[in-house]
Amino acid sequence: MKTSETRFKGMRDLPSAHLLGTGTAMCAGCGGLEVLHEIYDILGKKTVFVNAAGCMTLLSIYPFTPFRGSWIYTAMASAPAGAQGVRDALDTLKRKERMKPADDLKVVCLTGDGSAYGMGLSSTSAAIDRGLDFLYICYDNEGYGNTGQQFSAATPHGARTSTSMGPRGFPGSKKDLFSIWAANSPAYAATVAGAEPLDLARKIEKADTAKGPRLILALSPCPVGWGYDPKDSVEIGKLAVKTGIWPLKEYIDGKVVHTKIPKKRLPVEEYLKRQGRFAHLFEPVRKDDILKEIQAGVDAYWEGVEG
Amino acid sequence: MKRRLLTGNAAAAWGARLADVDYIPAFPITPQTEIIETIAGWTDSGEMDASMVTMESEHSMITAAGTAAATGVRVFTATSSQGLLYAMEMLYTVAGWRAPFVLVNVSRALAAPVTLEPDHNDVLAARDSGFLQLHCSTCQEVLDGVLLAYRIAEDSRVRLPMIVNLDGFYLSFTREPVEVPTAKEAKAFLPPFDSKGMSFRASSPISQAVAVLGGGPYSYFRYETHLAALNALTVFDEAAEDFSKIFGRSYGSVESYRTEDAKYLFVMMGSFATKAREAVDRLRDEGWPIGLLRPRLVRPFPAEAIARLASGKEAVAVIDQNLSLGKGGVLFTEVSSVLYGQPGAPVMLSFIGGLGGRDISPEEFFEIAGVAKHAAKEGKAPPPRLLYTEDELKEVRKLQMIANVERGELEDEDE
Ligand SMILES: Cc1ncc(C[n+]2csc(CCOP(=O)(O)OP(=O)(O)O)c2C)c(N)n1
Ligand code: SF4
Ligand SMILES: [Mg+2]
Repeated sequence: MKTSETRFKGMRDLPSAHLLGTGTAMCAGCGGLEVLHEIYDILGKKTVFVNAAGCMTLLSIYPFTPFRGSWIYTAMASAPAGAQGVRDALDTLKRKERMKPADDLKVVCLTGDGSAYGMGLSSTSAAIDRGLDFLYICYDNEGYGNTGQQFSAATPHGARTSTSMGPRGFPGSKKDLFSIWAANSPAYAATVAGAEPLDLARKIEKADTAKGPRLILALSPCPVGWGYDPKDSVEIGKLAVKTGIWPLKEYIDGKVVHTKIPKKRLPVEEYLKRQGRFAHLFEPVRKDDILKEIQAGVDAYWEGVEG
Repeated sequence: MKRRLLTGNAAAAWGARLADVDYIPAFPITPQTEIIETIAGWTDSGEMDASMVTMESEHSMITAAGTAAATGVRVFTATSSQGLLYAMEMLYTVAGWRAPFVLVNVSRALAAPVTLEPDHNDVLAARDSGFLQLHCSTCQEVLDGVLLAYRIAEDSRVRLPMIVNLDGFYLSFTREPVEVPTAKEAKAFLPPFDSKGMSFRASSPISQAVAVLGGGPYSYFRYETHLAALNALTVFDEAAEDFSKIFGRSYGSVESYRTEDAKYLFVMMGSFATKAREAVDRLRDEGWPIGLLRPRLVRPFPAEAIARLASGKEAVAVIDQNLSLGKGGVLFTEVSSVLYGQPGAPVMLSFIGGLGGRDISPEEFFEIAGVAKHAAKEGKAPPPRLLYTEDELKEVRKLQMIANVERGELEDEDE
């Protein structure tokens, strides 16, 4: 899609009214909620969200819901299977003319990284195998947020979580979920950040018009889990992009395209030092080896991109 | 109506076909697989206007079954054993959604040790899930049970998913003559699915299966679901009456066989109860006042019917084809809880048998009858008994010995 084809030519074109109700149980400054607002405004209310266990499960608490459209909570492992049941049922009802076509809905999975990268990956993989027509939104706060930010398969190298409290933080490194999807020819896949709403809007627009399995992988800064002031969520998101730690890209027509290549990447330190989860890399003594490792990982990634 | 020779699995598939189901999420497992293969054949040939999808696990299968039912279509699915356990989280979940659909479970004993033959530990693990349970002992009952289950599950007083249980091998692969209703007859008994507003539609958005905060709202939903499950007792009776009017076959929530003038009763569920029935006939021939109770409904538990049929008897021997490790027979506990403290409560005896498909011989039934008679006379029950013969023990010991010798030979070769 060229710039001329999108209805989001500039920031002015972004929706100005929010669809999602306020007063939910999410923390102040929740990056996941920010990204959900931005996505929901574009998808609209003809949607049914199929949710897996995580922070967002507490959006709908009986008898209240912030959704103008529909919602169902399933379990931690099987939101994509839940999406399968809803999609198949809607298709059956249409085929058998027991439902007006106008009553059809877009089926959207909404899960955290813990589900998307881990417990739910089997049901996700199978939904991709079956070519399920659904949009998968993963809000990636890089840990099991709801249970107190233990590390998950999405936790970045060196980050301190409640189960990686040692002086060197999380010894593993973040799994590449985007590539797992991209390797299996989805209809569309993209990374987004709430702090880059125009890039996000254009991607949601594309994802919305494609048919088949689609992924939106959204970086979701989490003030509680990452350790920073809630007012800095947008800033942290911007830094993730500017340092090149969170590449904005999409998989479309068999190719991976970067949608926003930072011209001059800021040092990763600019991003890391703003968050309590990386504080141990700077105090009481600087851990240059880990900082270098992280910088080298990012540099190597972009070298591959810029060729 | 047409008579055909059908296996229990084929009878289950025919039940789904005659219920005119819309959607079948599936996953293979022995001894259930024939059900989904049969249905796949019909959906492929167009004999069934339904869509079938093979999921990657039973956990996902039950999730999809639940969300599809919550979207407003009629859903059928089937599993066994490890599959039922793998789905356990979602059994509780979709029952809590009040999503009505039918799940056929073909009972197979649980690992470890892994085996293929039946007992009821799999289905009883789902006892408290909110799924209703109907247990069958013939292939006819399997087909009829699926139709009955939809009537009960979808009733607005109930609205819960229901398990129809049949025993692996003994029923799943055994051919029996089965009366197969015509589609028209089936429809007269089971009208098309009415989701009664439970659905996802653009014009009527809804949030389903939402979280609650605190014990107040949580208890509200749990109590409501429990009361709905209890409503299924009445709904079962009504549905069974309609069924008998249309098809001429009557089903009670409890099958009682030669119990009226009996002093002693066997209590069993599932296909092994037909062995107990045989034994009753042979004991009766010899003048024993003995009968059999077989709960068809296990959830909701037909407490009143059992109390009515069993009180005043001298002794009741419950033969459990399951074992709650560290406690004993599950059905024994359930039946005892119904009778305890009631006027005319019989002496209660517990026997465990039929685990992993182990046979229960006529002689064992005669022995149980003898023990029951003696207990009635003493007014005191003996400790629970695990049925096992000396020959069986010898056989296991022999196999162990042979394996040891073989192993010794292998080790000798290594040296
Ligand atoms: C089967 C199962 N195991 C564990 C949990 C406990 N649990 C609830 S939310 C959660 C973390 C989910 O992490 P993620 O998907 O990243 O979402 P987040 O909490 O970060 O929003 C866990 C472990 C659960 N709900 N279900
Ligand atoms: S813990 Fe993090 S992701 Fe969860 S609601 Fe709070 S800010 Fe959002
Ligand atoms: Mg998370």
